[in-house]
Amino acid sequence: MSTPSPTPAAPMSLLAELTHRCPLSCPYCSNPLELERKSQELSTETWLHVLDQAAEMGVLQVHFSGGEPMARADLTTLISHAHKLNLYTNLITSGVLITPDNMAALDKSGLDHVQLSFQDTDHTEADRLSGFGNVQPRKLQAAHLIHQAGIPLTLNFVLHKTNISRMPEMFALARSLDAQRVEMAHTQYYGWALKNRAALLPSRAQLDEAASYVEAELTKGGLTIDYVTPDYYADRPKPCMGGWGQRFLNISPSGKVLPCHAAETIPSLRFENVEDKPLADIWYHSKAFQLFRGTDWMPEPCASCDRKEIDWGGCRCQALALTGAAANTDPVCSLSPHRSLIDHAITEATSPEVDYSIVYRKIT
Amino acid sequence: MTTLTEQDSPGFSRGYRLQHDKIRSQWLIQAPERALFADDIAVAILQELDGRTPISTIIDRLSARYHAPRERIAEDVLTLLSDLYTKKILRL
Repeated sequence: MSTPSPTPAAPMSLLAELTHRCPLSCPYCSNPLELERKSQELSTETWLHVLDQAAEMGVLQVHFSGGEPMARADLTTLISHAHKLNLYTNLITSGVLITPDNMAALDKSGLDHVQLSFQDTDHTEADRLSGFGNVQPRKLQAAHLIHQAGIPLTLNFVLHKTNISRMPEMFALARSLDAQRVEMAHTQYYGWALKNRAALLPSRAQLDEAASYVEAELTKGGLTIDYVTPDYYADRPKPCMGGWGQRFLNISPSGKVLPCHAAETIPSLRFENVEDKPLADIWYHSKAFQLFRGTDWMPEPCASCDRKEIDWGGCRCQALALTGAAANTDPVCSLSPHRSLIDHAITEATSPEVDYSIVYRKIT
Repeated sequence: MTTLTEQDSPGFSRGYRLQHDKIRSQWLIQAPERALFADDIAVAILQELDGRTPISTIIDRLSARYHAPRERIAEDVLTLLSDLYTKKILRL
């Protein structure tokens, strides 16, 4: 018998996807396959109102992201407003649109932190992965401008089979740019990355290699390392987003409120829009947020599992993408009847005949 | 770990701040892409930081306010602040 669910907790963080527009076209982009267009994007006024509501609800940090958030002309207006509301402001950027002028404006707006993405330390590979010519010098220039402004910097590297061997150089780059943190995130296989999985997914040996680089770097101290492991090689699923609708909310460029950035891949769900309803209403009462919140929705083997409030059943989007049903146990779990799907994907990606060609993200 | 002395006057580094969370009725340190929960003792100490006041003055104030032996307070304050300074959450 299930007990009535307690009132959901307030959200801690908001991922504000201001736009899906981006000069880069990385094959592991976390944006959905169906990218939203500029004409669909929320107005400045609506975003300001969203920030007011988020602060009122208890959101602590706002991550301004995209696409490339710097493609929005009103970015500093939004950051200033969030700052006045005492929200912690984080800019997640590719850096390619940063100039001395807009960096000064960002600094003045009260920006708390920048997460700057890098594809690789090898310039040719960085160009190949980003689909953008001569991308590395622009990113290095951006890092210098951020550092000069005195804003704390995190470097983000997305890891996959073709760049793991250069992790020591990635750490060295982070130190040389005086970054405080480095995020080493193995690719998560949704949307664009799922399309490119065979060309990206590393082998078990490469994963061990990656872990040994992280361990070696940690012993040196002085650099915070956030290491995101690839769940395909785990026995238990990741507690995706800390549980569906528990801590995190994502707002798409057009105003759709999502429990995670990939949630739109679940076709049975309809997501409410900030243009139509108060944000709190959507968080606490909308069907999409209620559906997989807590543990009542869980099938076996999750329902009787002693880890159900640790893993939260893993990831709904991964369950849907791989097993065809969002309510299934995440197939990464060794207890899932669908675990063989993951093992087949690993076999495919690590076969000597694997196809290394990639599909770049683009508006279709 | 770098040990601070009573003559140092630390403050929060950019990107870090002490903040009261009225929704959850607790204090926390806002930090890059995370929030660290601060207990009552840490809050009492961190509220005194402004980047100009020497640690010695902060210890005097706290031992007066809590009627506690100065050396006890000094130990708590220097341990906490040195730890946060080592983690670059504080700067001089």
